[in-house]
Amino acid sequence: MALMVAVFIPLLAALLCWIRPFRAFAWVITVVCLAGSFAAAVVIAAHVLAAGSVVGIPGWFEADGLSALVILLVSFVCTLAAIFAGGYMHHGSQNEDRLWWFYCNFNLLVFALIVVPAFASPNLAWVGVELITLFGVLLVGFERTPAALEAAWKFSILTIMGAPISLLGFFTLYWAYHISGGGPLETWQGLHASAAVMSPNLLKFSFLLVFVGFGAKSGLAPMHTWLPDAHSQAPTPICAVLSGIKTTVPLYAILRLLSIVLASPEARIGRWMVVIGLFSVGIAAFLLLQVRDYKRMFAFSTVEHMGIILTAAGFATHAADYGAVAQMVNHTLTKSLCFYSAGIVLLALETRQISEVRGLFRIAPFAASALLFCSLAIAGAPPFPIFLSEFSILSAGLRSGHTAAVTILAILIVIAFIAIFLHVNRMLFGEPQQVETAPSAPLSCRVAIIIAALPVAVLGVYIPGPVHSLMMLAAQQLGGH
Amino acid sequence: MASAQTQLIEGLNALSGGLILLTAFGMVAMRQVQGVMRFFIVQSALLATSAFLIGFNRGSIHLIALGVITIGAKVIAIPLVLKWALSEDLYQRREIDQVINIPSSLLLVLLLAIAAEFLVSPLVSISNDPVVHVNLPISLALILIGAYSLIARREAIPQLVGILAMENGAFFAGVAIAQELPLIAELAIAIDVILIAVVIGVLTRDITRAIGTTRAATMSELREEPQQWR
Repeated sequence: MALMVAVFIPLLAALLCWIRPFRAFAWVITVVCLAGSFAAAVVIAAHVLAAGSVVGIPGWFEADGLSALVILLVSFVCTLAAIFAGGYMHHGSQNEDRLWWFYCNFNLLVFALIVVPAFASPNLAWVGVELITLFGVLLVGFERTPAALEAAWKFSILTIMGAPISLLGFFTLYWAYHISGGGPLETWQGLHASAAVMSPNLLKFSFLLVFVGFGAKSGLAPMHTWLPDAHSQAPTPICAVLSGIKTTVPLYAILRLLSIVLASPEARIGRWMVVIGLFSVGIAAFLLLQVRDYKRMFAFSTVEHMGIILTAAGFATHAADYGAVAQMVNHTLTKSLCFYSAGIVLLALETRQISEVRGLFRIAPFAASALLFCSLAIAGAPPFPIFLSEFSILSAGLRSGHTAAVTILAILIVIAFIAIFLHVNRMLFGEPQQVETAPSAPLSCRVAIIIAALPVAVLGVYIPGPVHSLMMLAAQQLGGH
Repeated sequence: MASAQTQLIEGLNALSGGLILLTAFGMVAMRQVQGVMRFFIVQSALLATSAFLIGFNRGSIHLIALGVITIGAKVIAIPLVLKWALSEDLYQRREIDQVINIPSSLLLVLLLAIAAEFLVSPLVSISNDPVVHVNLPISLALILIGAYSLIARREAIPQLVGILAMENGAFFAGVAIAQELPLIAELAIAIDVILIAVVIGVLTRDITRAIGTTRAATMSELREEPQQWR
């Protein structure tokens, strides 16, 4: 029941935002509905912790540890993004009369994001992932500036091209499932159970296609080129959702399928995941050195984190899987915070160029503190959760004998750390070009930033018991041994 | 005799498969947006024919439904939607310039089709169903050709049609290997395809209004350049 509520409330909210008399209250409707969806997600997580899984409609909507975790993350990030949008989108916007359309679309995007982990069947998950792309495209181009439209175009062509490729992959998966004598309804659980008897060649072929198709959507190199454009040109609340969670959800589907392929004894694919993951981290680390736009900087850092998660999943041990899940959680929480901070810097100074921002601490102290906090967190400085999860991935890799991969990964993470701090350092300190202080950020933006910063500050030093057990449960679904 | 009928239907399916591949070549060879669109419509109709044939032979109501959905979505709805979303001028424009000239393109595409045959040959040996042996290689060929035309084309609409042709390719395999797919999934996929067309159509219209051209090649504002370290 809670599952259906969590999934369908955003759809209801989209409908309400579309009805003419309610359009003026679109923001309130969105925030209230998404908060309700988050509450339902918490209930789902509690049920999953108690019973192992939650069933909405058998064979259609089911949630286990991994999906409950992703649903929880989606609803948390999207609720905060909605709160943030209140101040941000109304701030001197030329699109005031189209705002209801923005919220309507935003709710549809949230619906698509939640429905993917809630679906029990891979084919339906494909449909959900495509819906994410479509609503994402409309939101990226929302401001209708030439740059935003260019970003939306690149985004749509590169990610929608992945759709037919992954569709063929899912058809092949279905075929493999059927000729191995699978039941009438194809679910993730059923696939997992019959992984050992499915043809390894077909499994590998289908995984390859799905990986290419969905990898493009989660921004894995070399299919990442749309990501910095879209994530820098979209309105900031959308950037937070796109970068924080929209990349994570297709990766969720890849990891699900990877766990099935890994369960097949003959399909050895883990080491390729390590190679591709490291390639993404490497590309991102070196591009991070030469970015000029601070929103693009955070976007490249997303490519880096996607690579790290994939590498960890490729190690295919239980400890590395726990690291991958933890990295997914921490990335999502921290990256959305990064874009909120970048958003209020943009509101205060109205430039995206790193070189035009100097002495931020003197101009806008709140924005500067937020930027410092989130940059430390996203780069993986010690007291923050990303440090913990990266450290556990590195140590799990060492214990499973991937010494070379761990060495490369560690070096690349350090390069990315240095790159981020070179840029942030120049933005925060030094002589400001303007003397007067910038106007302070809208209240709803500050509220969203403070709420988003709480888990980032806490999870590094203390992981509450239920969260830990949920992440353990999710790591088990990834099928490492 | 049932087996004679089966053989006839398998032969017809192979024929429509060959024609589908030909339409894919035709789409690469066309210079005009409208011509690309016409080849796409023919290709979708052939896909539906294949679904009807196999569905009739195996008594599968799913495949018949898939054929109806394909005709409704790709032969009727998508061309209409694109006509609605785009101006007449855009729709009838000639002279699509390509990165590689058309004869070399056709040669490359032919190589891709042969490569597709070799790539899937270890997979289709699992099954001794002749339909799979025809459909799976052609499906992969269509996907590769579509991806190639996305790279080679420089105009928005042919790129979109390239994506839709890739979708046709995936479905051509689906007809052979995923026959018992739940109807709801097929419906959802069809709605998805129409949505793709609508979204890209609307986006293209916005781009034309804001920038005045749909040449994807001119869109290169956003990129990384080495900066001066100070």
